[in-house]
Amino acid sequence: MGRRVLVTGADTFWGGRVIQALENDPSFEVILGLGEHDPSVPFERAEFVRADQTYSILHRLVRATRVDTIVHTFLVSDSSTVSSRALHEINVIGTMNLLAAAGAPGSTVTTVVVKSSTKIYGSSPRDPYTFTEESTRSGPATTMVERSILEAEALIADFAEDNPNRSVATLRFANVLGGGLTTPITRNLSRAFCPVLIGFDPLLQFVEANDVVRALEHATRNELNGVYNVAGAGRLPWSEIISIAGSRPMPMPSVHHRLLMRPLSAAGIYELPGELADLLRFGRGVDSSKISQTGFAFRFTSAGAVEAFAQQARLESSTGRPPSSYRYEHDVEQFFRHSPAVVERG
Amino acid sequence: MDEPVRTMAKEYSAELVPLPGVGPAPEPLEDPRRSDVDEWGRSERTRAVFRTLYEPVYSKWFRVEWDGFDKIPAEGGGLLVANHAGAIPSDAPLIMHGIESRLGRPVYGLADYFFRSVPFVGTLWSRSGGVAARPENAARLLGDQGQLALVFPEGEKGPSKSFADRYRLRRFGRGGFIEIAMRSGVPVIPLAVIGSEEAMPVLFRMPAVAKILGTPYFPVTANLLAMGPLGLVVPFPAKIKISVLDPITFNVEPGLERYPRSLVLEESERVRGLIQEQVFEMLKVRRSVWFG
Repeated sequence: MGRRVLVTGADTFWGGRVIQALENDPSFEVILGLGEHDPSVPFERAEFVRADQTYSILHRLVRATRVDTIVHTFLVSDSSTVSSRALHEINVIGTMNLLAAAGAPGSTVTTVVVKSSTKIYGSSPRDPYTFTEESTRSGPATTMVERSILEAEALIADFAEDNPNRSVATLRFANVLGGGLTTPITRNLSRAFCPVLIGFDPLLQFVEANDVVRALEHATRNELNGVYNVAGAGRLPWSEIISIAGSRPMPMPSVHHRLLMRPLSAAGIYELPGELADLLRFGRGVDSSKISQTGFAFRFTSAGAVEAFAQQARLESSTGRPPSSYRYEHDVEQFFRHSPAVVERG
Repeated sequence: MDEPVRTMAKEYSAELVPLPGVGPAPEPLEDPRRSDVDEWGRSERTRAVFRTLYEPVYSKWFRVEWDGFDKIPAEGGGLLVANHAGAIPSDAPLIMHGIESRLGRPVYGLADYFFRSVPFVGTLWSRSGGVAARPENAARLLGDQGQLALVFPEGEKGPSKSFADRYRLRRFGRGGFIEIAMRSGVPVIPLAVIGSEEAMPVLFRMPAVAKILGTPYFPVTANLLAMGPLGLVVPFPAKIKISVLDPITFNVEPGLERYPRSLVLEESERVRGLIQEQVFEMLKVRRSVWFG
């Protein structure tokens, strides 16, 4: 019998991509996507279930569908997309309800895979240059994103401890580039002038979007257990990243940035949410040898991810719009896939 | 909620429109790196420029002389441990310069994380081989990567002591450097440095000013009195002599989480004693502060 998988955040960038990756493999017999809004990418055979952010229907759903695997992609690590209240609801309350459903008596769930973030380690001058999975933060969380991820991971760690017979994998991803994903970092790098905090040139590490999806699929397929850092090899200074991306540095004072931030980001000049302000001073590096030892091979190094992002950005600026590799139109697809008039499919 | 569960798919044929999923492996991209900054923030190119600029200071100003240089390993990890002196100590750049130009291998300088938080200084410090002295960093640098690192266990207590206490080594922290060497499985190579005290003698300290500036200490140096503001950066041309002692290896299993405190403190005190003794030996035969 094949695997039965439930993917959260099916309406988001990551949930959609993960579902598409799982769909390619027939051993995942049933794929359910959970989301609040319509999915943003087309699904071949996954079924979409509408649910609110906090998954109130999850208990019933898990029992009714007898899923054995939950892939929790809906942990928000970009504070520019949601309000801080929503962030708490999604990351903490959502995860709590999800785990409650997964651990309920009679639950068939044996595998939980969570997409977390290396933001959990924070960024401070006291940090080790390379965080391993066992490292802890140097100080208390300073931003809402970090706080909510810390809380969510604490819930996951408790769940893993209470359920030794279930495999629980937490993948902590470095900052992501590529795949058409936009984050404050990619928006800054896409501008002609990119903010640099005066006197600081931190080392950053990236993971390419395809590697993110592949790592989640790898963890799901192999039922990994434990915490894993996921980041491309190597790290490079912010000034070099800006140079590869074809932008130019715009020196900004490193103090009072919170006051400056609001008008500047409103004017579209640059963005500096709290979690980025520290990162652009002290950087962050992680050791991802643990996931490599499970047989996962990265396709991109950190520098490779920056280069891939730069190439994509050049293509976009030449064609004047984001290259939509594929645009889903339901009726058209139904025609191509099912109409007897179509002689050659594919 | 009008339509809680919606089924999108029924039965599909085998051939489908390619969807944007995870494609085949991408073409290997050309190496996009433009700088040679490593994971510690050190750049060999930056160091090469610094070495060119610093060479006259090393060989003409301080006229550095080494004794027992061949005890420094040409390969493999090692923790260099030295005494630390002079208000703005020149010993770190001198030791790093000497080893890097003669052995052609990098030396990382372990120091307080405080430097990282200072704009410009932190970046420059990092590019020239400075690393925050944390056990995790040291274990990775020395044990996993087999590099050379330089540490001053006295910390700021060394440079901030006044001239009256010259060449009397301060407490060697809590012996963290011994634990680092034990955990990484590398030898400790003690270095005794003389001349550094006279290069920038501390007359007295002004803690109130240090508090305002947020620096660990604010010394009033003889250089400041002799040269005015220039004395903040210009040391006196004392003759610097560096003596390398026999490397010390520890008969313990590397990679442990913790080592017996008594053993660590005992070894730490032993290393301090060896360096202190050597410093006194060197001072005994020194005829002139300026000419050695």
